[in-house]
Parts: sequence; structure tokens; C-alpha cells
Amino acid sequence: MKIGVFVCHCGSNIEATVDTAAVAAASREFPDVVFATDTMYTCSEPGQDEIVAAIKEHNLGGVVVASCTPRMHEQTFRRTVERAGLNRYLFEMANIREHVSWIGKDRESNTNKSVDLVRMATEKLMRNRPLYSKKFDINKRVLVIGGGVAGIQAALDCADGGLEVVMVEKAPTIGGKMAKLDKTFPTVDCSSCILGPRMVDVAQHPNITLYAYSEIEEINGYVGNFEIKVKKKATYVDWDSCTGCGICMEKCPSKKATDTFNEGIGKTTAINIPFPQAIPKKAKIDPDFCTKIQKGKCGVCAKLCPSGCINYEMQDEFVTEKVGAIVTATGFDLFDWSIYGEYGAGRYPDVITSLQYERMLSASGPTGGHIKRPSDGKEPKNVVFIQCVGSRDKSVGRPYCSGFCCMYTAKQAILTKDHLPDSQSYVFYMDIRAIGKLYDEFTRRAMEEYDTKYIRGRVSMIYPQGDRLLVRGADTLMGAQVEVDADLVVLAVGAEAAAGAGELAEKLRISYDSYGFYMEGHPKLKPVETNTAGVYLAGACQGPKDIPSSVGQGSAAAAKVLGLFSKDQLESDPQVSVVDIKRCIGCGKCIQTCPFGAIKEMEFRGMAKADVIETICQGCGICTSTCPQGAVQLQHFTDNQILSEVNALCRF
Amino acid sequence: MPVLKGKELRIVGFLCNWCSYGGADTAGVGRFNQPTDLRIIRVPCSGRIDPLFVVKALMNGADGVLVSGCHPRDCHYAEGNFYARRRLEIMQRFLPVLGYEAERFEYTWVSASEGQRWQQVVASFTDQIHKLGPAPKIIGPQAADTLNQMAAAL
Ligand SMILES: Cc1cc2nc3c(=O)[nH]c(=O)nc-3n(C[C@H](O)[C@H](O)[C@H](O)COP(=O)(O)OP(=O)(O)OC[C@H]3O[C@@H](n4cnc5c(N)ncnc54)[C@H](O)[C@@H]3O)c2cc1C
Ligand code: SF4
Ligand code: SF4
Repeated sequence: MKIGVFVCHCGSNIEATVDTAAVAAASREFPDVVFATDTMYTCSEPGQDEIVAAIKEHNLGGVVVASCTPRMHEQTFRRTVERAGLNRYLFEMANIREHVSWIGKDRESNTNKSVDLVRMATEKLMRNRPLYSKKFDINKRVLVIGGGVAGIQAALDCADGGLEVVMVEKAPTIGGKMAKLDKTFPTVDCSSCILGPRMVDVAQHPNITLYAYSEIEEINGYVGNFEIKVKKKATYVDWDSCTGCGICMEKCPSKKATDTFNEGIGKTTAINIPFPQAIPKKAKIDPDFCTKIQKGKCGVCAKLCPSGCINYEMQDEFVTEKVGAIVTATGFDLFDWSIYGEYGAGRYPDVITSLQYERMLSASGPTGGHIKRPSDGKEPKNVVFIQCVGSRDKSVGRPYCSGFCCMYTAKQAILTKDHLPDSQSYVFYMDIRAIGKLYDEFTRRAMEEYDTKYIRGRVSMIYPQGDRLLVRGADTLMGAQVEVDADLVVLAVGAEAAAGAGELAEKLRISYDSYGFYMEGHPKLKPVETNTAGVYLAGACQGPKDIPSSVGQGSAAAAKVLGLFSKDQLESDPQVSVVDIKRCIGCGKCIQTCPFGAIKEMEFRGMAKADVIETICQGCGICTSTCPQGAVQLQHFTDNQILSEVNALCRF
Repeated sequence: MPVLKGKELRIVGFLCNWCSYGGADTAGVGRFNQPTDLRIIRVPCSGRIDPLFVVKALMNGADGVLVSGCHPRDCHYAEGNFYARRRLEIMQRFLPVLGYEAERFEYTWVSASEGQRWQQVVASFTDQIHKLGPAPKIIGPQAADTLNQMAAAL
């Protein structure tokens, strides 16, 4: 094979600490290398043209580019060599930027290491073979997991684009956190007025099938052809006939059930509809509080329901859906702030979370939109907001900024003044982060027009004094201790990954960061893709995000799905395992280890042999290291190819 | 290239594409300085790593071998890292039989977001190998034959 080597300067990114000309010179001495040069920006248009020209001029059979990580530009250069008529797999990269020039300053060691990496790449390239993809049919349906504002946006965009959408929502209603909000920053428009109609659209869209109060049980398959097992949790109410009239809820005698939708402000009935605008507007029974289910007595709802929907024996149900792509939009949850002793660790009823406060502000909430102290129902005069509770705090393992708390605190301070003109709000903050369009103006209004007192500093202690709470903290700008008599304290609790995010990631085979937020394909260039083909992200599941960004990402994910489905067939990745029938002894070990069931047994001249189903194989190579005969080899990562790299390094 | 005398030893790394190779990239993007001994071979999954790769690297002259994959339950291929762990743990127990200290090999987990952790892993493993010094080498006129025989026996 005639090999050409291109060593990239990457401007000064590589050249500053690697002698690229020396690397090129050393490469010329390697077996099979007939051409080697150093170039300024290999990935640029002139850089790529240089490769194409060299392939033609020197009749190259393979190319090595020593530059950045293959995770960045392998696809780019594969297309380049393809343009010059080479098979895209007759190409290798040596990562001399992320793995060399950026992690050390010693030019001698770096240059030496770069030469080694190029040597490895050329040795592997000499053993590369052309590979060809196959085409396969795809199922143009999409699954959206999570029905918050991000998932709703993605579902509606896909459905309007003509795709069939399946939405799976864990809670009994869609809407996510936004459905719980009263007003939204920075416009202070009513949350349910803007979200409500979109929720109705989901329910009514002919292309959308909604499974509420359901979860993902199992995911099999691959891009274009996923098979999803959905668990419909038992609601004890037949949703096909339930009209959402609410008679059951009026008459249910068990009135102490946890009100999840209202964040535990107040209680609800054992059979309940989460809120009047719920989608779907259907009742469900909380079995823990239902006297009929717990003790066998009662049965009032069954007697009263005009449609005869109640079924106390209902079991979880499973349905299977086939889709070609998945949008994950599972959002976030709130940090459990009770570990903070200084805020009372949950002992004081008048210390509440920001989301509980939203429910209190909302006209459809449990207090009918009246701000009342949970302890005695009185209107508060002094309201203290504390920001960064469970955000930017290394000591509780939450070093990141939750992004939207500064903004919603300003919003809540403004709304407090609107509701109670005689009240006074105080905000303890670390920094004000208001970086969106019209955001800084908004926080300024809270201070200037609504006379909110902003105190820069942390609260060290909250303790009861009479029927009020004394909030003691530092004012770091004044260098003084401050004490505020508060009637109500609202904690701006930070965002954390949604409960169960890790388990879902395992089913989706996507990665998450150390806090449980899902990892995008590339922090800048692939913000909604994941590393698993056909799986996309939208909203706060990828990291804390406000509504405009969540909606933007929902649309972006939908655009990616529509793009993927613009073709009728996809090309399979030919980096799959292949069985050498002559060597296979039919022991079946590979069949047992393959995590995807991609290998089946077949008969060949009366003998059992293994056979890989190309479209199912994901290319992990687990079978290759399992086979005692070396009979099954993962293409592009065969034993010979990997060992040639080992040998290239260990010759000395 | 030969190792830089007195400066480096030969350390070979096998990293899975999805997590640890990404983590090493993240370390680069974050400019987390590292010793220069390590050379990384990219494989799709730690489950692709045949224990023989490790043994062959040592037999052919590596002073240390580092394998890194995804954290348990975070494998891109669901369970490749579990296979890797089982296979490589058994392999490590046999290293002393072949004349290599077990500490010349290490298996660890680094995710694509853990650039800083990757820096620590490289620094401490390199340090560990430097403390052990160069690995015993098969040299002399019969070296090639001996290696071939050993390879055949494996
Ligand atoms: C107190 C407070 C006030 C706020 N005020 C504003 C504001 O005024 N303006 C603004 O722009 N932003 C505001 N935000 C931020 C806003 O809530 C988020 O930007 C928005 O909710 C993100 O939408 P999402 O769809 O990504 O996530 P979510 O709203 O969290 O929705 C996720 C959905 O997925 C579901 N789900 C989770 N896991 C699963 C699973 N495994 N399977 C199926 N379904 C699942 C959940 O039940 C939920 O319905 C505020 C946040 C808080 C906490
Ligand atoms: S490489 Fe082997 S083990 Fe992995 S998916 Fe393909 S057939 Fe299965
Ligand atoms: S493990 Fe190897 S020999 Fe055994 S069935 Fe699979 S391919 Fe054939």
C-alpha cells in the first residue's frame, strides 16, 4: 500500500509544542510511506484539496492524518479520501493534539510521541481493508420520552412534519415543571396560557399517541428500527371511558393523599385529576391512600362514576411500539434541600421551595393564588428569598450553576409585590446571572421598580422567633452581618438530574455526566445528538435550561429526526463482526456473549456455525475477544490490526 | 521511536472509544498536563480488549499497560466493560507467573466528561511504572525464538 502522511499544525495548536516538519520527515522512513508533509490546517478546504491532489499524484492507497482527535474529524477526512476515489476505511488518524500537544510543553517528548502515534497509524492502515455499507429500511416513527415543554415542542414539530409520534410521560399529565409555574420570566406572561394550548395540541394531533402515567421498560434495536416496551402503570380507572368529569374526586372520602402536582402544598383525594388543565384529563387512584384498595371498604367512586370506569383490580399493562428515532426530554428534578441544617432541614413549615411558591402564586393552585404562610395561613409581610440552594456548592456535590434560579427569584419577588403591595422582599444572592435577552433588564426592574432588597451574601442560620423566622446572614458588600425578620422564606433550590435518569440512560445506551445530566455528542457542534445513533436530547435532561432554551432544543431535536427520516433507507456501519466459517468450531460462545443478540447459529454442510446479522451488530467486538478460535473478527478492529499497533509501539 | 532514555518508559494504553478515549480528549481540551510516556490505542469497547493484547505488549517490551473503559452501567454497548473486567482481572493474576509484577497493569474507569480524572490516572500510573522501573526484557540472540514459542503457548 502506498501511504501518504499529513501532519497538521492546527495553526499553532500543535506546531507550538510539536515539530511537525520533523514528524513528517520521520514518517517518510516508515515502510510503505511514499509521501509525507506538514500542513497548516488540514481540515480546511485547501488542506483537504492537498490530500486529494496527493492521492492522485502519488497514486496513494491510504492516508494518515496526524491532527486532532478522530472523534472530531474522522468523518471529515473519510469523506475527503472518498472524494479522491479511495474507500473511506483506507484512512487512519493520529491524535497529536488532544493526546500530545495540548497536554505537555516538552517539544522533544511531544515530537517523539507524535512520531510513534503516526507509526501506529501507518501500521494499522497497512492492514485496513475497504469496507462497504449496506442499506436498510427504516421505520419513520419517533418516540419522545418526557412530556415537559421540551418534549412537547419536539413532538409537535415532528408531528407537524408528518411523522407519527409516540410520547411516553411518567406523570399522569404532560406539561412538566412549566405546567406548575404561575408566570414566566422575563415577560411575566401566564404559564398555563402559553403552555395549555400546546398541551391540548398534543392530545388532539392525529399523529401523536400519548402514553401518560407510563414508563419505558425496555429498548431494543438500533437507529431506524427500535423496539420499545412501554409500561402503562395501573391507574385503576379505564381511561378509554373516563370523561374527566371529576365527580369521583368531589366525593372521595380519603382526602389525605400526597398532592405531587402541587408539590405537597395541601393534600388531595385518593382518586384525583392532577389539575383542571391536565392532559390527558383523566382520573387515577393513588393506591396507598385508597381505602377500597387498602382495606376493601369504601368503593364510593365506583358507585358514583357515570361512565363505570373504576376497576380496583387493574394491573400494569405492557405495549410494544416500533420507532426509528428517540428524543429524550426527561427534564430535571429539584435538589433535596433538607440536608442544609442552616435552613432548618425541613423543620420549619414557613421555609418552602421555589416550586411550592409557584403553586401558591398560581390562581389554579391549592391556595387559589393567595400567598399564605403554611403554618397559620396568614399573609406574610417580609418574604426572604435565598438563592443558590444546592447550586454552586461543592460541599453538597453540586458545584454547577442551575442557570434559571436568579431569574425566577426576581420573577417571584415581582409577583410577591403584585399580590401583596405592602410586602417587602429580600433576596440573598451570590451573583446575579441574567444573561438572556431582556434578562438583566428584568432583574433590575425587580430591584428598582419593585423595591426588592438584594443582599449579596450567604445565610448562615434561620431560626424561629415568636411566630416569625429570624434569617441571619452576611452582607459581603457592606462587610456586615444582617438579620431579617421573615414571615416566609423561599429557597431557590437548584436543578438536578431527573429521578431515574441513570436507569433510562442504560436502556438508551447513552452517557451521562457525573451529575446525571445526559451527554451531548459534542459540547459545541452536536448539542442535541448523543453518541448513540438515532437518540437525541431536548431540554433540561442535558443540563439546567430555561424555557426558551428548552423549546429551542426541542425544535432542534425534531429537525434532526426529520433530517434523519428524509431518506427512506439508512446505510449500515460496516465496522461489524464477520465469522470465518473455516475457523469457526460452532461452540456458540460468541452467541452467548453478544449483548445485542446479533449472532445466530446456522448450519453449514451439517455443522453448526456462527453467523453475524450485519444490521444488528453494533461493532463492540466483545465476540472477537471471546472466540477461542479467532474466527469472529470485528472489521476495522481485527486482532491483526490491533496487534500491529501494539508491535509498532513495542519494537524497541 | 525508542523511549527517551532517562525520561520515559514505554506505557501502552487501550481505551474504549466512547468513554475513556473521550475523557482523554476532554483532558486535552482542558489542557490538563500529563506525563508523555503513554501511547493510546483506540478500541470500540473495553470488551474488545483481548487479555492477550496486554500480555503481548508486555512481552514485546512495554513497561506498563493501562486499560480504561466506561464506568459500570455506562457502557455504550451495555455490558462490554463487565466482560473486560472479568477477563482482565484473571489475566492480571497470571502476570507474576510470566515474570511481570501485577502492578504493571491497571484497569480503570473514566467517562468522557472526566478530563481531570484522566489526568490523575495517567499521572499516578506513570509514576507507579517509574517506581517499578523498566520491565524485564527478553533479549539476546534467541529472543525472537523465545517470543514466538511463548506466543504459541498462549
Ligand atoms: C421554581 C421554578 C420556576 C421557573 N420559572 C421559569 C420561568 O419563569 N421562565 C423560564 O423560562 N423557566 C423557568 N423555570 C425553568 C423551567 O421549569 C424549565 O426550563 C423547563 O421546565 C424545562 O423543560 P423540560 O421539558 O426540559 O423539563 P421538565 O419540565 O422537567 O419536563 C420533563 C418531563 O419528563 C417527564 N419524565 C421525567 N423522567 C421521565 C421518564 N423516565 N420517563 C418518562 N417521562 C419522564 C417528567 O415527568 C416531566 O413531565 C423555572 C424552574 C423552576 C424550578
Ligand atoms: S461485535 Fe460481536 S458481540 Fe458486538 S454486537 Fe457485533 S456480533 Fe455482537
Ligand atoms: S465463538 Fe468463535 S468458534 Fe465459537 S461459535 Fe462464535 S465464531 Fe464460532
